[in-house]
Amino acid sequence: MAQHTIRVKVQGVEHEAQVESRLLLVHFLREKLGLTGTHIGCDTTHCGACTVLLDGQPVKSCTVLAVQADGRDVMTVEGLEQNGKLHPVQEGFWQEHGLQCGYCTPGMMMTSYALLKSNPHPDEGEIRQAISGNLCRCTGYVNIVKAVQYAARQEQPV
Amino acid sequence: MIPAAFDYHAPTTLQDALALLQQHRDDAKVLSGGQSLLPLMKLRLGGAGHLVDIGRIPGLEYIKEEGGVLRIGGRTRESALERSDVIRQRYPLLVDTTAVIADPLVRNLATLGGNLAHGDPANDHPAAMLALRAEVVATGPKGARTIPIDKFFVGLFSTALAPDEILTEVRVPQAQPRSGGAYMKLERKVGDFATAATAVQLALGKGGEIASVGIALTNAGPTPVRAVEAERYLTGKQPTDATIAEAARLASSAATPSADRRGTVEYKRAMSRVLTSRALTRAITWAREH
Repeated sequence: MAQHTIRVKVQGVEHEAQVESRLLLVHFLREKLGLTGTHIGCDTTHCGACTVLLDGQPVKSCTVLAVQADGRDVMTVEGLEQNGKLHPVQEGFWQEHGLQCGYCTPGMMMTSYALLKSNPHPDEGEIRQAISGNLCRCTGYVNIVKAVQYAARQEQPV
Repeated sequence: MIPAAFDYHAPTTLQDALALLQQHRDDAKVLSGGQSLLPLMKLRLGGAGHLVDIGRIPGLEYIKEEGGVLRIGGRTRESALERSDVIRQRYPLLVDTTAVIADPLVRNLATLGGNLAHGDPANDHPAAMLALRAEVVATGPKGARTIPIDKFFVGLFSTALAPDEILTEVRVPQAQPRSGGAYMKLERKVGDFATAATAVQLALGKGGEIASVGIALTNAGPTPVRAVEAERYLTGKQPTDATIAEAARLASSAATPSADRRGTVEYKRAMSRVLTSRALTRAITWAREH
């Protein structure tokens, strides 16, 4: 079975590992690096629970090979908090009760973070469009949208 | 779910990629965005002993108008098409199409070339490219050849690409004044394949008549369907409620969809008719305004 040495930056820190060709990025993050904040939901490219940023773009990490991330930058939900202070997106989900069971939350927050990076003041339609690849089975979309709007209202949202 | 074991190659030149394909032929698959291939491999519905990742080969992502042709690099991401100024200003059919492919996260990785080369009649770009009369550039060990889109889709998940060829470019005739297009898709939810969908590209003549028109249907048979009779009927006619309705009826009669959870054959055909009518109306409106 083919093994590859990969170097992947996760929240800016480089990690080197030996991985099998078929190892998925989400398993690399959770099992090799112990970053279990990224969830595995449907495992069929539908639900977006596994969303991480790959070179700044939100992608479904269950549908990316770990070897494809070699030499690239990954950011997971663990990268949002800085020096013990929650990111405005995290604060927004807290303040606006943007989660019920919390399963979709890491993916929702990564997509929202990427949205606010490229569009700091999205309208409701743009928010709903951006998160249309992230499913919330509690159907808590109203509060999720409010959470993103909360983050967008902060002085420096991202 | 984890794919069956395979070997992974990440060539950095097209020549190296082609050499790998030649070496492994039917046991190799090209990995572009991976948004169809990897799910198939995880579900063990398909696979290969070798994946040749073209993601590290420079020069395969571009969108440019040149010599009367819109040239799009094979590995161009759907999200790049969505954001492209030239596409947004001049190719409304492609704007409509990319916006309804899978979801925004998938579109950050999914590529135009992959969408076509996968040969899935449920994908959205095939019908769009049929309506646009595109050409596909296939690069193999002996160089590049051009395949007219009408000859590209040969069967379910099967295209005219040889095992040692890579889809490197898609060519679309450059947008002309008083031309327009539209893609109308009925889907149960974001990310679903089409219950029915119609792509239209047309140009209006001096007297407001339809000078030329391409109409194609998604998920309406084992390969993407070009509605030739409807195109022939409409060419040279003034667009009126009656001619649009008749063209839509002819287009829907070209559909041979399968019954599934998305609906019965009758329902899907009826939706083909409605969506064709709406796509024609939308394309005509654009053409009149541009």
